[in-house]
Amino acid sequence: MATKALNFCSYTLGLIIAALTLALPLSISAALAEVPGLPDASDPDARGLAIATESDSRDHGFKDSQANLKMILTNAYGETSERELRFLTLENVDPNDGDWNLIVFDRPRDVKGTSLLTYAHILEADDQWMYLPALKRVKRISSTNKSGPFMGSEFAFEDFSAQELGKYSYKWLRDEPCGERTCHVVEQTPQYENSGYTRQIGWTDTTDYQLRKSEFYDRKNQLLKTLEFTDYQLHLDKYWRAHNLKMTNHQTGKGTTLTWDSYAFQTGLEEKDFSKNALKRAR
Amino acid sequence: MAYQSYSDNKALSLAALMATSLTLSAALPLQAYADDFLEEVEISGYIEPELRFFSQSPNRPGQDANDFSIAGEVTFETFWDDSDQWIVVKPFARWDMRDHERSHWDLREAKYARVMGDWEFRIGIDKVFWGVTEAAHLIDIINQTDLVESVDGEEKLGQPMVQVSTTQDFGTFDFYLLPYFRERTYPSADGRPATDIPVDEASAQYESSQEERHIDFAARYSNTFEDWDVGLGYFQGTARDPILNPGLNSSGQLVLIPYYAQIKQVSVDVQATKEAWLYKFEGLMRNQLGANYFQASGGIEYTLYGIFDTPEDLGIIAEYIWDDRGEDSGNPFSNDVFAGMRWALNDEASTTLLGGGIIDLDTAALSLSLEAERRLGDDYFVTIEARMFTNTPQSDPLFSYSDDDFLQLRVAKYF
Repeated sequence: MATKALNFCSYTLGLIIAALTLALPLSISAALAEVPGLPDASDPDARGLAIATESDSRDHGFKDSQANLKMILTNAYGETSERELRFLTLENVDPNDGDWNLIVFDRPRDVKGTSLLTYAHILEADDQWMYLPALKRVKRISSTNKSGPFMGSEFAFEDFSAQELGKYSYKWLRDEPCGERTCHVVEQTPQYENSGYTRQIGWTDTTDYQLRKSEFYDRKNQLLKTLEFTDYQLHLDKYWRAHNLKMTNHQTGKGTTLTWDSYAFQTGLEEKDFSKNALKRAR
Repeated sequence: MAYQSYSDNKALSLAALMATSLTLSAALPLQAYADDFLEEVEISGYIEPELRFFSQSPNRPGQDANDFSIAGEVTFETFWDDSDQWIVVKPFARWDMRDHERSHWDLREAKYARVMGDWEFRIGIDKVFWGVTEAAHLIDIINQTDLVESVDGEEKLGQPMVQVSTTQDFGTFDFYLLPYFRERTYPSADGRPATDIPVDEASAQYESSQEERHIDFAARYSNTFEDWDVGLGYFQGTARDPILNPGLNSSGQLVLIPYYAQIKQVSVDVQATKEAWLYKFEGLMRNQLGANYFQASGGIEYTLYGIFDTPEDLGIIAEYIWDDRGEDSGNPFSNDVFAGMRWALNDEASTTLLGGGIIDLDTAALSLSLEAERRLGDDYFVTIEARMFTNTPQSDPLFSYSDDDFLQLRVAKYF
């Protein structure tokens, strides 16, 4: 599109662009690499939303996924403890509603068999049930606890819930290099209630439209945490997943690393695999 | 037979238990690959020593001011057919230094289960929970209470059953055929906490001539309507809670003799989840020995998340418990209020404190409990529990326990 426009440019404009090309090769190459049709910098809200929409659309049609997760929690003294979980996810084809997921805890051993079923919604509170294997009890729980720590880690419940497009408003800030790639830097503000964040700033690369880094600002708008996404792998030739996520809490010095493995997509999971009875037999 | 407790044998061998369970699971129909199958068996469990200290002097010569015991549970499980079929065997055992009735073992689970489309079938020994409230579990009827494990009644004995469940658009139906009855466990004359007059399990009486072989039946319908989770239950068969009648045992001593009546009951449980507020109700209507009566419990649970800008949560629970038979029901909760607090630190060690009290509005008897728990390292879990029965008049069903205040320490090692 940029090259096409040049044909209709005046000689002066051509010179200016040539000068810019020399002076700012990075930003120009970024502009060339991004998906066609993104609104330009004059409308940062529209550009931010378009980037998030593009990123979201790259994940459409995955149907369902299963994966194992290992969490390593590090405290301020460098001591570590481990968690192991399994995630089952069912894509919700309704764009106005969230995905379903079932999380089964394997470690620590004292919580083995505990599982959590979530029907995510966009702005309304999620529906959530917890299964306590020692009592064989399924308990409907409140999902307002968005900002609470997930299993004592530096990840909050809201960091684990499905990143549905409609949960945030977006504002494009700038494009800049991020490692070997170029990233759109977009600020997103939670629109749902009870978030622990005033805003998040995300770095989304301009080739695969995947998050490379996120910064989380607490309710006092102070930088709370940074999340780095690495070891991206392509599944079914279409779906990118970061297999390593590293969260650093700048206020406490604690950190949590997530390592995903055994990802499987389109495994044939159905709604009945996400019922309260399925929660009781989850493994 | 395998699930009958053998409280007389104090020398419990976990190895023998494991061998029994493996033989059991191998004996079940496993189609072709029995060899691969045994390799696929996942084994997990815990071993948990326990110390108890009683602050008041005992009222029987065999009782003491302290007690030591050790419990263990092993889970053998194997899944196949894309996890649509599985077998779980879970033996539990406890050895108690002073109380031979508390030294017991039980198969908490020994079941084969299979999912076929919207249907699920289970056969064997299993545990099922019904209900929503926290202080009293009135409508939870499938399994017998393993009372020697905990006076709060939350520990259960394995129940032999055939279960069929189906989840449809209009809700979930569960049907249970319960071919064998388990008697409630009670401490011996040497055990604490205990009733002042010991319960003689051996002379248990039944309304039905089939005694423990009476075939019981239960069914449940449950569904979710947005913020509402609703359940309807039906049970007919042998009451899990016996009537305790004074009598003489074979040596002519005064004992309480459990009498198990035949009952029919319907129950309902409802929970509304409105943001941080949970509203709960469960109630039952029972026909027992020609009389109808009603029991119910309801209240709220509210959680303050992230108190004082920390990751900690503070939960508040308030419930009311009612029994229309009144104070002579044998049920200690006939017009009682429970208030409790749960403080979760949400730290790596999952540190949690639970404190609560139940006050009887008729007798003013107060029972208090405090539980503190946390993980140590990756594989150890420590629980401290204190229970106090105060201001208990003789007219209150809990009077018997009022000289049995205790502090309990458990350290579990998981493997």
